[in-house]
Amino acid sequence: MQVKVFVTPRLGILDPQGRAVEAALANLGFAGVRDVHVGRFIVLAFDAPSKVAAEETVRKMCEQLLANPMIEDYRFEVEPG
Amino acid sequence: MKWAVVRFPGSLDDDDALYALRDVLEQDASILWHKDERLGDAECVVLPGGFSYGDYLRCGAIARFSPIMKSIAGFAAEGGLVLGICNGFQILCEAHLLPGALTRNRSLSFICETVTVRVENCQTPFTRLMRQGDLIRLPIKHGEGCYVTPERELRQMEERGQVLLRYVGSDGKQNERTTPNGSMRAIAGVANERFNVFGLMPHPEHAVEMMLGGTDGLKIFRSITASVAR
Repeated sequence: MQVKVFVTPRLGILDPQGRAVEAALANLGFAGVRDVHVGRFIVLAFDAPSKVAAEETVRKMCEQLLANPMIEDYRFEVEPG
Repeated sequence: MKWAVVRFPGSLDDDDALYALRDVLEQDASILWHKDERLGDAECVVLPGGFSYGDYLRCGAIARFSPIMKSIAGFAAEGGLVLGICNGFQILCEAHLLPGALTRNRSLSFICETVTVRVENCQTPFTRLMRQGDLIRLPIKHGEGCYVTPERELRQMEERGQVLLRYVGSDGKQNERTTPNGSMRAIAGVANERFNVFGLMPHPEHAVEMMLGGTDGLKIFRSITASVAR
């Protein structure tokens, strides 16, 4: 299975990086840009008997290591291959 | 009293902690490697500052899974004293031995300066030789020291007295400017509910001789030795 994991700062938690990038984009002339958040993108691969089983495993990976659920939100995509 | 200082790959202040304990305080202190699984007969375990595992993923996130952390969790569950300084604090939060999390400084800058912190609860093993409201001066040096935790949990922590240290100005008053990293409620150090695990961003081991700029760090280490001696 090919997995893509997206980790972003939890909404409502201060995200100074996102804010700094938002300000920089505005300074470059990209008007109206909002809700900028800077996070992590993690790719990984492993063998699993089914997509459902793989998703369950990835969810555990996210809860235990890849994200800190107190301060970060995560979502992932699992593709056979 | 016997102390153990844990060395992770990327620890920086392990030798400084050892120096403060052995050379300045004349304690029986030794280094443990993060792959060790036994804590020996240590009465207090120190997780030092630094950049364990290069701060990969999140500060402290990988160190949390070092073999020694299982033993430390068991030691803490039995009431053993655990002190986490800076990266050690981050590791203890990631390991859920302390509530909350430490995130990027609000300014996005790495901050290296001496700060004033106010003692908020002196009835703990880590603060018992001080008085509530005492101001102590300690150095900080971190990029990720902004303490956050859900508001409801924070209220409960405050009610239980788990906030031990808060950043303030030199006059003892707190406002947004006196919080260097943007921490919620200016939190510089917190304890667990049982008050046997304590994490703080300032470095007491760097404030143990006048030559280093001050000796207020000794008040924390001496509180611990006084607690164990009781």
